[in-house]
Amino acid sequence: MIQKLKELFKYRQLILTLVSRELKARYRGTALGFLWSFINPLLLLIVYSVVFTVILPNRTGTVEGVKLDGIEYAIFLFSGLLPWIWFSTSLIESSGVLFVHGNLIKKIQFPIEVLPIMVVFTNLVHFLLGVPILLAMILIFGKGISLTWWLFFLPIALFVQFVFTMGLGFLVSALTVHFRDLKDILTNLLTLWFFATPVIYPFMSEAIQKHKVIVWLLTLNPMTHIIEAYHYTFVFGKLPHWKKLPITFIVGLGLFYLGYLIFDKLRDTVVEEV
Amino acid sequence: MSMNPVIANDIKKFYKKYSQKHRFLTLKSALVKRTLFSDLKKDEVFAALNGVSFEVERGKTVSIIGENGSGKSTLLKILAGISKPTSGELLTQGRISAMIELGAGFHPEISGRENIFINGIILGLTKKKIQEKFDDIVRFAELEDFIDNPVKSYSSGMYMKLGFSIAVNVDPDILLIDEVLAVGDASFVPKCLDKINEFKRQGKTIIFVSHDLSTVERISDEVIWLKHGMIEMKGYPKRVIDSYLEYIGNREEEKAGIKHQKEEKEAEENRENRWGSKEIEISDVKLLDKDGKEKYVYEPDEPVTLEFDVLAHDLEEDFVFGIGIMSTEGVSCYGTNTGIEEYKSVQISEKGKVKVHFPCMNLVNGSYYLDIAVHKQDGYPFDYHHFQYSFKIASRIQDIGITRVPHRWEFSENIRIEKLPPR
Repeated sequence: MIQKLKELFKYRQLILTLVSRELKARYRGTALGFLWSFINPLLLLIVYSVVFTVILPNRTGTVEGVKLDGIEYAIFLFSGLLPWIWFSTSLIESSGVLFVHGNLIKKIQFPIEVLPIMVVFTNLVHFLLGVPILLAMILIFGKGISLTWWLFFLPIALFVQFVFTMGLGFLVSALTVHFRDLKDILTNLLTLWFFATPVIYPFMSEAIQKHKVIVWLLTLNPMTHIIEAYHYTFVFGKLPHWKKLPITFIVGLGLFYLGYLIFDKLRDTVVEEV
Repeated sequence: MSMNPVIANDIKKFYKKYSQKHRFLTLKSALVKRTLFSDLKKDEVFAALNGVSFEVERGKTVSIIGENGSGKSTLLKILAGISKPTSGELLTQGRISAMIELGAGFHPEISGRENIFINGIILGLTKKKIQEKFDDIVRFAELEDFIDNPVKSYSSGMYMKLGFSIAVNVDPDILLIDEVLAVGDASFVPKCLDKINEFKRQGKTIIFVSHDLSTVERISDEVIWLKHGMIEMKGYPKRVIDSYLEYIGNREEEKAGIKHQKEEKEAEENRENRWGSKEIEISDVKLLDKDGKEKYVYEPDEPVTLEFDVLAHDLEEDFVFGIGIMSTEGVSCYGTNTGIEEYKSVQISEKGKVKVHFPCMNLVNGSYYLDIAVHKQDGYPFDYHHFQYSFKIASRIQDIGITRVPHRWEFSENIRIEKLPPR
């Protein structure tokens, strides 16, 4: 495995090039160009803010000492939504990436493991471009929320999420080649998963905490702890329960190992199937 | 190092025949046994390569020929490391550049310039190396004015030129070329061939797949003929190509023969292509070679005899036999009749036979149709067979037009030009 990781490291130039190609090609030909990377999350943020302050003012109440009403709720929502979009988009794109780049695989000797990695990195960049907007939002509108030193926790949360997403990305991209229904299954599964993860509601809210079964189920979901890590980093300004993220990380590593193993096993069959 | 740079040992490649039923089975066996085939029965796999062994010496150019579906491209993909053989062993030495599809990694939305860098890196070059070679690549591709335009605006020729230019600048030890020169324009193809010759001079190993047998013969040191996934023959180019052409010729022959019979049968029913009052009937139209054997594929310089039976139901005194040769586009290549050629009919009754002898057809490559007719001097048709019989001219010389006008080249002494040895 270490050997394989070293080999992946060898492809860093290739990965870098492919990621920048994807980013360049993404907005090429549009009038606003790269600005779209900022505008997309900004518009999303505006929509959610309007919905949850004007149309559906919610009564989440106070969680971890922060009153999540109106604009604070929008900030809370956005801090979980950005990493969730990174996660879900990466998986959906991974499931198709070997088909989309079929000509690379079939016509050139090409290290195909680079493709899911490219997907996850490309979406990471989109995520990172959303972060300044979130921070600006907190600084300008966040009456009850302030930036704390816990912001430095962000890279750790990022890394854990990266490993977890990458593992699933490998798994999904290789399996979809043989089992194409997976793409549709995945789309639906991700909708379910979205609501089974505390993105639009806080895990620590009273409404959730009083149902032991729900708490237990949510705890089993690794994405719960990853998204919570962002909530704590951006909104609550605290360290989440110390056990949660390390265990998630170990699960993520296991998944990464498994995902890569299966990807590696199926590698030779991909050329014939895409 | 004395080891040959390419050694293939009993390479086999099986594909499973496509079926929805076994998708799970193949996934399972791929996961569990690392092979796609163990759970599939014999009749569900197709052998694209069935035990191919050969070696290529350093600096040699080897061409692979064969019909469509004979396994050429599969073999090249395996040599390139794109797909793995099902069994067998392949040893290669040195950097391989495969031109299986030129510009395969191009992204249409971004510029030629950016694509050169990206493609170069995909092909294994470093950024610095590409920087060094950038001008060469652009110049060779003749794209100086378009290099900053997005690749999607390129013509297919430009696309191919850029792809070729990058691939040769990868500086490979082994170059694999798969029928990629087919798209280039008249000036670029010779340039590519020059580049290939330059590689040869530099002592690089080249494996070339093509249907263009004259190029194959010109550049190869050895030719491998693949048939149904096995090596049918390999060795000296001329010898292999000749055997291959003979095989193809015989096969076409068979096909054309079958077609001819079918056509005759259809002709009976097809009134549209046959008309006339039938006082005299034409039947049993055949083409015969010099030995009197029925044959429908000819070389341009081969003697041909056209033979048909006539049956006169009554005694007739005014009749003309005519023939016409038409190209597939319906262009009349040649037509004549006994009237034009100043024969005067006297009498015909009952059964008879007519033969037209051609010492040679002198037509260029292609398929041709025959018109056969018998009519009165004034044109009143007894029996007219239009477009009902076909034959083929197969020539290795790819001249163009309709007929091969007999000719001979002559050059003054200060022009140095050599005739390639006759094949």
